[in-house]
Amino acid sequence: MKIRLDTVVKTFDTFRAVHGVSLDIESGELVALLGPSGSGKTTILRMVAGLEFPDGGAIYFGDENATDIEVRHRGVGFVFQHYALFPHMTVGENIAFGMKVSKTKRSAAEISGRVEHLLRLVQLEGLQDRFPAQISGGQRQRVALARALAVDPKVLLLDEPFGALDANVRRDLRRWLRKIHDELGITTLFVTHDQAEALDLADRVVILDKGKIVQTGTPEEVCRAPASAFVMNFLGDANRLKVTVSGEKAQIQNVTFDAPDIADGPAELFFRPADVTWREDGHGIQATIARVIDRPDSRRVLALTVDGQPIEFDAAPEFPFRADAHGFVEIRRPRVYPA
Amino acid sequence: MAKTRRPPRIGDAPIFRNTMIAIVLVLVALIIIAPLAVIGYEALSKGIAYFGKTIANSDTRHAILMTAMTALIAVPINTAFGVATAWAITKFDFPGRRLLLIVIEIPFSVSPIVAGVAYLFVYGLQGLFGEALQSADVKILFALPGIVLASMFVTAPFVARELIPLMQAQGRDLEEAATSLGASGWRTFFFVTLPNIKWALLYGVILCNSRVMGEFGAVSVVSGNIRGQTNTLPLHIELLYHDYNAVGAFAAASILAVLAVVTLIAKVALERRGAGRVRRPSLAGTAPDISETTP
Repeated sequence: MKIRLDTVVKTFDTFRAVHGVSLDIESGELVALLGPSGSGKTTILRMVAGLEFPDGGAIYFGDENATDIEVRHRGVGFVFQHYALFPHMTVGENIAFGMKVSKTKRSAAEISGRVEHLLRLVQLEGLQDRFPAQISGGQRQRVALARALAVDPKVLLLDEPFGALDANVRRDLRRWLRKIHDELGITTLFVTHDQAEALDLADRVVILDKGKIVQTGTPEEVCRAPASAFVMNFLGDANRLKVTVSGEKAQIQNVTFDAPDIADGPAELFFRPADVTWREDGHGIQATIARVIDRPDSRRVLALTVDGQPIEFDAAPEFPFRADAHGFVEIRRPRVYPA
Repeated sequence: MAKTRRPPRIGDAPIFRNTMIAIVLVLVALIIIAPLAVIGYEALSKGIAYFGKTIANSDTRHAILMTAMTALIAVPINTAFGVATAWAITKFDFPGRRLLLIVIEIPFSVSPIVAGVAYLFVYGLQGLFGEALQSADVKILFALPGIVLASMFVTAPFVARELIPLMQAQGRDLEEAATSLGASGWRTFFFVTLPNIKWALLYGVILCNSRVMGEFGAVSVVSGNIRGQTNTLPLHIELLYHDYNAVGAFAAASILAVLAVVTLIAKVALERRGAGRVRRPSLAGTAPDISETTP
């Protein structure tokens, strides 16, 4: 099912949560809504579900205008951030709930057959008589997914699906969800504030800031060509140096970088900590080493430019630390954005 | 093993501890146990037969009936009111929501006698609707409807007060989940909301019921104290006492006391069941992990 959002607006009291968002999601696509808290991503997801209604704009499911269809009749599967499993029902009863209240009548045998099938799909065979409080967080997450899938939704919506889980379970579930999506081919939209999760899982990432879409693209596109300083910063660690642009060239100390389409005047130069080579002599931005932080696979070096701007970069674990050592920073893949 | 002397924890010195416990025990005995014991002793002071005769007195029986009738009407209405109020306050946003939260607490803070007098002003002969009611030949004051209304006023907050904190903690997630799975409003209420609030609801109903049965102040103003007609059990006890029928008063009082004790036992039993569910929190997502069994 193709989903289209057409200049959707939502205001809460006086706070504008979503400002005219337009978005096309292809049938069978797995799309991440990525943004910091307060960026409006959950509000957008809830509007697609029909749990909130937009103040302006329209939402289409295929060719049908779904803007005013109630959540009950919208045919979406929604997985809540804290799963919202019914605590007084067993795992099996939770999964069967949607089928029992559905207008399509199913026989008891049909329902229990489908519950078993879904439990196999989410790899929880044999747990149907447990209560939600008796299973782990990762298992609850999978029950919530099975429950949402039980009603044959046209669209699957997940709100921070892995937010409440610890790092290892998170990574496993992420890969597993991708596998389920590929098997079922159901159009899926999920919300996350974790860039690694979005990049790992999604076909396409929609980055939001203050209720607006700031960039949409494949993980490769948004990583290699961030559209703004915000995206650059939000997707991962980034260094920022003040530079001066004149004639599409950015200058700091006596080093220049290409700055296509940037107006003359002050601007900002961004680069990733991994895109730095430290040289004892030669040319580059002059800097002094201040401190190192050791990590399992590398050494993070904290340095200061001659005019006192901080730079962080990653070096091999063998990188020798001498406080106040002078040297030169050579930057790969620099990006210049207007200040 | 040598006994090592360690300084006691804060507030754990033997003198302090024993004094505190003694004070509490003496106060409980004097203030709570002794009066109840006296009721039982005095009620039976002229023998079981006399006790039975007093209870079987037609005025006493009528008072018991009035109290039961009042509870049968007031408690279900207030239960429905309490559930609706708690639902509205916790699941919807609407203007005046905070004000409503305060307003439903008023019966807790206002003296019941004030409620009784207020009803006099509204429904009494010289009251707002007095003439209209009289010409329509509807009797509210000095009759069962007045007693029920006054009892309902006094006990209005009980059910809502029990439900609001629980329903607030549960949030709207469960209802949203049920609706997104295709359930109608009624189904959501009966299959999802109700099972998760049932213990708090029962507890509220029990408190509400015991207060309705024991209410004196508000009811005494609106009932008119007509023996054998508009007397509830608490009012009847007072009448008997003023008649210098001490044994009768104590016998009637013992019925109320027994009702109270039964209520208390029911409440403790419910709390036990409720305690068993504390480790089973209402929102599955916040429960502690028991084991992480990855397939």
